[in-house]
Amino acid sequence: MNEPANDDGIVLTEAQKRARRSRSIAIAFALAALVILFYAMTIVKGPGVLVRPI
Amino acid sequence: MSLISEGADIGVPLATRSGHAEPSLATVGDYIALMKPRVMSLVVFTALVGLAVAPGSINPITGFTALLCITVGAGASGALNMWYDADIDALMIRTARRPVPMGRVQPGEALAFGLTLSAFSVVVLGLLVNVLAAALLAFTIFFYVAVYTMWLKRSTPQNIVIGGAAGAFPPMIGWAAVTGSLSLEPVLLFMIIFFWTPPHFWALALYRTEEYARAGVPMLPVVAGDVSTRRHILFYTLILVPIGIAPWPLGFAGALYGATAVITGGIMVLLAAQVLSERRPVERASKQLFAFSILYLFLLFAVLLVDRGWGGLLARLAT
Repeated sequence: MNEPANDDGIVLTEAQKRARRSRSIAIAFALAALVILFYAMTIVKGPGVLVRPI
Repeated sequence: MSLISEGADIGVPLATRSGHAEPSLATVGDYIALMKPRVMSLVVFTALVGLAVAPGSINPITGFTALLCITVGAGASGALNMWYDADIDALMIRTARRPVPMGRVQPGEALAFGLTLSAFSVVVLGLLVNVLAAALLAFTIFFYVAVYTMWLKRSTPQNIVIGGAAGAFPPMIGWAAVTGSLSLEPVLLFMIIFFWTPPHFWALALYRTEEYARAGVPMLPVVAGDVSTRRHILFYTLILVPIGIAPWPLGFAGALYGATAVITGGIMVLLAAQVLSERRPVERASKQLFAFSILYLFLLFAVLLVDRGWGGLLARLAT
């Protein structure tokens, strides 16, 4: 009844933690680059950024 | 369509015994490898030429955004190709060390990565550059993944003839990013790459025939045989060379381009003729043609860039 629950889920190894951290950093850089890109393009296009002829 | 390609069944554990997904060991480098950086570099270069030779002007940041989106879209295509082809990649020496067959990236991860990049590249190109360029990029990704990878590659020896269109679109997308339209000139650039692809890949396939046969890929040398492939190489080279020269008489490029296209085209024909007269196990001419074909395409586009793009840019700056 008081049996310890074996429900810790997956425990990452050091290698898996390192890989996850490097992936997280890369995703953060990619998102930051996307924000900068949209900001720069908004400045470049000015009000024309909303004009979108098809 | 299954979300897990046939490549998933290559002895890589997809889940632990507890039913949890196996935590990934994939590094950033593995994800970069999924995008086929060498193919991406050719795509970037040809798209840059399309962008530079197009009439009119484009803001440098908009041009950079267009190139970035085309590059990411090409990478997405590569990732989706590696997801689907993991089973045959594992059987060929040239591709066995790719991240999915090596088990460093799970098939589902490659699929998610490819789909995410595809969506982002197309949407961003559409929002920040123009809709025609985005539509062409979306079609290119669809064509490479669905038409070439999933359908043609495993079903017909004409796989790289038709599938080569996917690699030929980037200069058109670059052109469309500047002009918002298409004309004969970008179509010519498309046709140069389209007709360049068969002799280039068949020259490679001639000395990789056993690998393709083992993987069950019906490349022309596997299906039609060695001699027939050599004839096809010469045939397509004879179509390619006049198309390569065409921008000069049509007035799209100057004498420098014309001279380059004539000389390098002559070498292509010469090498293709040597391939025709060569017989296995000798592979020298095939390897020479494969290597020179890369230089040929690079030179045509580089000289066009100098002739039209940079030349025009310098003239504009001078006035």
